[in-house]
Amino acid sequence: MVTTMSTTTATGINTIMLDDFLIRAALAGLGLALATGPLGSFVVWRRMAYFGDATAHASILGVALALASDLPVGLGTLAVALAMAVTVAGLAARGWALDTTLGVLAHSALAFGLVAVSFVPEARTDLSAYLFGDILAVSRADLGFIWGGAALVLALLYWRWNAMLTATLSEDLAAASGLNPDRERLVLVLALAVTVAVALKVVGALLIAAMLVIPAAAARGLSRSPEAMAALAALIGGAAVVGGLRVSLSLDTPAGPSIVTVAAGIFIVAASLGQMRKQ
Amino acid sequence: MPRLPGTIMTAPLIEARGLCVRLGGQEVLHDVSVKIDRGEIVTVLGPNGSGKSTLLRALLGILKPEHGSIIRAPGLAIGYVPQKLHIDRTLPLTARRFLSLPRRHGKAETEAMLARVGVPEVADRPMVGLSGGQFQRVLLARALLTRPELLILDEPTQGLDQPGEAAFYRLIEEVRRDTGAAVLMVSHDLHVVMSASDRVICLNGHVCCEGTPRVVSNAPEYRALFGLGTQGALALYQHVHDHDHTHGHDHEHDHSDGDQHHHA
Repeated sequence: MVTTMSTTTATGINTIMLDDFLIRAALAGLGLALATGPLGSFVVWRRMAYFGDATAHASILGVALALASDLPVGLGTLAVALAMAVTVAGLAARGWALDTTLGVLAHSALAFGLVAVSFVPEARTDLSAYLFGDILAVSRADLGFIWGGAALVLALLYWRWNAMLTATLSEDLAAASGLNPDRERLVLVLALAVTVAVALKVVGALLIAAMLVIPAAAARGLSRSPEAMAALAALIGGAAVVGGLRVSLSLDTPAGPSIVTVAAGIFIVAASLGQMRKQ
Repeated sequence: MPRLPGTIMTAPLIEARGLCVRLGGQEVLHDVSVKIDRGEIVTVLGPNGSGKSTLLRALLGILKPEHGSIIRAPGLAIGYVPQKLHIDRTLPLTARRFLSLPRRHGKAETEAMLARVGVPEVADRPMVGLSGGQFQRVLLARALLTRPELLILDEPTQGLDQPGEAAFYRLIEEVRRDTGAAVLMVSHDLHVVMSASDRVICLNGHVCCEGTPRVVSNAPEYRALFGLGTQGALALYQHVHDHDHTHGHDHEHDHSDGDQHHHA
């Protein structure tokens, strides 16, 4: 890029480079929003918000393990998030008290992750990047990972949409229709793990669940069909990314939390609108 | 009994042989054998916790039995109306969209089916806003869209008032008449159900007794199960109490799955 811009002034190069990392950041966030909109809708419908938290918190442990063993961070988070998600889903299927189980697992995973990270010097230095995301430092390779992951999640959801929706309504109804509710749950859990791995760079482990729940919750009052809610949630997530990046840039606030803040603002507006429509 | 000519010779639509089902370490069903023939309306009666829903769920393939087997007629299409369906308020779902889960059905088809079950007006209304009666009818419409040869309904009139209940059972009979589908339903409500059934199976972990409503209502096992004296049975069947008492004697009161309904 620098070569093509060699004739421009130094400030010009700076502006374009600035634009470039901002564009990468925006693209990364939009890719994530595309996946978290529909997936987050399922998280809301199935009351899995805490489940998302547990999976996301476990990803910190994945970071530590990946760095300690010289594996790509994305791979480590994906593996640990998947293990956590499958464990929780398995416990839930066996009838464990889910609220307590998730509380134990979510916070233990985070604590273990933080302790493990403290043994890895390179992770220790940018711990906050993993906790709150580092969207402004997204590289082209990161972008590929994020969009690849988002595309995979969308493909999974598109493929299993009606089956997962039926299983969400009632597992008995799904089973009586010849579907396997366990398989639908597994697909959802898999999509969740991929999303967590993808979201780590964008909003960080602590705020991934926020990106899943808040846009979907904001879309709820304004939608009349599951599909509309999923699409609107993606749109709201995208708007939060763009708005959050602007806020971050102008107020010099951390990008990940700024995105979630804007999403929360949209939620409040949408909730009031939905309330007004009802009356 | 409305038994179509020739159907006695054909294989049953679905048959359970020696079914044992455990739930959470407890044996809920023990050695249960039932079969449903084409076009008949069969009601499973039993007190709470007698395994009625479990039997249906095993027949539907939702639960895996510990022992025993379930034999379905090849390519059997089953329509299922669950006991209770809680739809989370966060899920925006119109009746029309609900009917297309999991398989899509065209607009004309879903509207015709909603009209058939008597609720054409609810197509674009959210499911969570429907009344109990409307909700049950939409559930029935969804089950009928699969063009079932067997309809399985788990306490379909729970939460309906008595006129609503009677209307729902009339609808079931109409459906059977129009489509020829067999109906297997569960109830703990003796009144309306018995008069709407060809055959009744009393369940209490095992099959206590089985036969036509008249036969069963006079069976001692049935009366013991529901704590009915002679009075109770008579009160239930006021319209038949002047005859048919003698029929009770040839009913076999063992727990086998004999074709006791044939002798009615």
